[in-house]
Amino acid sequence: MEFFRIKKDIPFMRFARMFNIISLITFLIAVGSLATKGLNFGVDFTGGTVMEVSYAQPPQLDGIRGTLAKIGFGEASVQNFGAARDVLIRLPVKEGVTSAKLSEQVLAELRKDNAQVEMRRVEFVGPQVGKELFESGALALLFVCIGIVAYLALRFEWKFGLAAIIANLHDVIIIVGVFSIFQWEFSLPVLAAVLAILGYSVNESVVVFDRVRECFRARQYRNATVPQVLDAAITQTMSRTIITHGSTQMMVLAMLLFGGETLFYFALALTIGICFGIYSSVLVASPIVMYLGVSRDDLVKIEKKPENESGAVV
Amino acid sequence: MNRYPLWKYLLIALAVVVGMVYTLPNFYGEVPAVQVSPLRSNLKADAALMARVEQTLQKAALKPEGVVLESGSIKARFSTTDDQLKAKDAVQTALGDDYVVALNLLSRSPQWLTSIGALPMYLGLDLRGGVHFLMQVDMKSALAKKMETYANDIRGSLRDQRIQYSGIARNGQRVTVNFRDDATRQKALQSIAKAMPDLDLALTEDSGEFRINADLKIDAQRRTQEFALQQNINTLRNRVNELGVAEPIIQQQGLDRVVVQLPGVQDTAKAKDILGRTATLEVRMVDDDRMDPASLQQAQAGQLPFGSELYYERNGQPVLVKKQVVLTGERINDAQPGFDGQTGEPAVHINLDGTGSRIFQQVTRENVGKRMAILLFERGKGEVVTAPVIRTEIGGGRVQISGRMTTQEARDISLLLRAGALAAPMEIVEERTVGPSLGADNIRIGFNSTLYGFAAIAVFMIIYYTVVGTFSVLALGANLLFLVALLSMLQATLTLPGMAGIALTIGMAIDANVLINERIREELRNGNTPHAAIFAGYDRAWGTILDSNVTTLIAGLALFAFGSGPVKGFAVVLCLGILTSIFSAVMVSRCMMNLYYGGRRKLDRIAIG
Repeated sequence: MEFFRIKKDIPFMRFARMFNIISLITFLIAVGSLATKGLNFGVDFTGGTVMEVSYAQPPQLDGIRGTLAKIGFGEASVQNFGAARDVLIRLPVKEGVTSAKLSEQVLAELRKDNAQVEMRRVEFVGPQVGKELFESGALALLFVCIGIVAYLALRFEWKFGLAAIIANLHDVIIIVGVFSIFQWEFSLPVLAAVLAILGYSVNESVVVFDRVRECFRARQYRNATVPQVLDAAITQTMSRTIITHGSTQMMVLAMLLFGGETLFYFALALTIGICFGIYSSVLVASPIVMYLGVSRDDLVKIEKKPENESGAVV
Repeated sequence: MNRYPLWKYLLIALAVVVGMVYTLPNFYGEVPAVQVSPLRSNLKADAALMARVEQTLQKAALKPEGVVLESGSIKARFSTTDDQLKAKDAVQTALGDDYVVALNLLSRSPQWLTSIGALPMYLGLDLRGGVHFLMQVDMKSALAKKMETYANDIRGSLRDQRIQYSGIARNGQRVTVNFRDDATRQKALQSIAKAMPDLDLALTEDSGEFRINADLKIDAQRRTQEFALQQNINTLRNRVNELGVAEPIIQQQGLDRVVVQLPGVQDTAKAKDILGRTATLEVRMVDDDRMDPASLQQAQAGQLPFGSELYYERNGQPVLVKKQVVLTGERINDAQPGFDGQTGEPAVHINLDGTGSRIFQQVTRENVGKRMAILLFERGKGEVVTAPVIRTEIGGGRVQISGRMTTQEARDISLLLRAGALAAPMEIVEERTVGPSLGADNIRIGFNSTLYGFAAIAVFMIIYYTVVGTFSVLALGANLLFLVALLSMLQATLTLPGMAGIALTIGMAIDANVLINERIREELRNGNTPHAAIFAGYDRAWGTILDSNVTTLIAGLALFAFGSGPVKGFAVVLCLGILTSIFSAVMVSRCMMNLYYGGRRKLDRIAIG
């Protein structure tokens, strides 16, 4: 079986401007949402308490809200997730109430109404710890960016490195932007997913650029223009791109479907990342390389290969 | 050209066998067990204790599946949780409070696997249920307490040397001593500087007062903080022992934090209570008038004399103690083992705070020749730590207890006196509790996601690439095997994000095989011979595979360095998964290709779909 038997190179670069406009618009929407709505940070970053409780019968959420309001947690968010029997309660950090005893107090109160309530999970994060987790998350992001740029700069010509990192940061902004638009909870696992995606989707650019480099060296493309070479490289790697991402997405889909509340947003971030990863590394990174004025000389000069070996490349 | 030398085949076979052996323990599941470990350092888990446990079980008509002595504790396995609970009660009653008897789950894997270090993966709290606390030690108050001690020491030493001062006060982390004239101050300065080298001394004058400001030197501050943290960890460890947790983790994190992880603990309220509790220490007078054998016997029979209570010393000696409390543990700043300055006997040096010193001086003055008792109350039960005779009036808050004790006892007593209270207050700044049902659900979730995802990828690869696809799937399976084996071998903590990491690495690892397979197809399309296509496919794809994995590895390392808790688990799996996937996607799949196609001299086509 073969899905992609493409005889002629697809002229991606002819549409480069259009892709750029699409990217720019999505990017601006994402940034706009981040600027106005911000992110719905989870307790990991803001501090606060999350409780997951399970009832034998689907409970009245309003009743739970009332109970919580009675003991002074009117601002608590109470919602279902997954099954109707499972309830997620979020309590914000309260001035002066730093004690972790909070969750016990809430549970005791809920027990009074319904003895069958079962505590499934409690997460309490103090505001100071939340701030630290936020800082170390930001540091991790910075470290990954610098690490990847450094690696790409070492491995490729700087134009490729720059293009790859721009394309992938654009991915990150879009994932984070989607989380902002829908106000999905941005937690520590989501951040982990974003960073993993950053590493993963740089792969994509690496594979394409590897091929670009190879094509530049190939005799076949000796007289081809830069856009033609880029088109050829993208077309040749397209089959692999789609299949790989499809496979990874199958795995992520399994997590999305079977992963429960804890893995849901993690898998969701990966899904968005994988979809945009294909698009950005191919259709954002390559045009940037073109604009940066990459030429055959850039690559062939750096990698001086013996004539006989480059002759073997077809 | 598509043949591996024999050693490569052997290497891969060896890797697969080792992988299988170390993955094996994960399939055996767990058995309920009871774990017995001694609470104090002078008690040992040895063959004698094991015999006692076995006898107790026999008496209770319980048949354990096996009793083993392992790393400082005795573990008895049972076939049902019912037996396990009964055994716990029986053993606890038989051994008393000196031993921790905890419920635990042990791997069902056979002995030979355990003996070569093949253990199941170490599950994190989110998978097995339990409590995770991050506790912050209040260092400011630890330093304040230290300075309070110094304020006392200065007061005592100036008084001893008859140096007149007009006032001593602690203000935050600074002690100020006031003098009426500069000459006295100079004398005091010399004396303090000599006696207390850890203090930074500065001179100021303020409205006719000649003042010495004493601050703790930076390195002494650091030592004080380290000491406070270490002592709090010790105290926590003692308290956790009471909870009967099989494998508690109590670790320092950073400069002023302690991580406490209690797997399997469900009653978080109780756990918090015990961890947050301050054991109380009390000094009371011994009821010396009624310490005759007859009265003691009566008291033991339940007839207590008016105004007294019966307590026991650690060696079992009964002591009648007056109800009136002279001092409480809050007045004790520090207790250190040491030696008597004159006799050279082992001794415990106790340092009291200002109020404590005054009370102590008064009480000792009035009761020379009588005995006083230092009692430790924990879990609502009191115990006489020591009951020394008062030889003389003691002023200045520096108390020395000596006589009839060994150096070991001196050390134990001072530890008890200190451990009674935490060196500095602690506060829970992070809590993550996972109920047992959620833990089990999480394992199922993680397992199912990986299973279904893997199955979907396998079906697709086999249909799309037929025989070569099958090799890719087998290589992917080998990757999973290596990853699980490596995680078991390293005993890295597996969390739910970690399981997601396994799924994700599998999903990403297939990339390498897709790259190779696509490349082979391309080479074939370009008119290469099958053998040349296989060779070129692997050869050309290699560079790309390496590149693409390095970038993900960078992300994984960053997450490992900056992540915490469950996310760190994800990072570990991601990094290990990348390493195993490079090996399996390239070497293992190539090995199968070579075995299958390599031997054929005339190869017309490759079954690659």
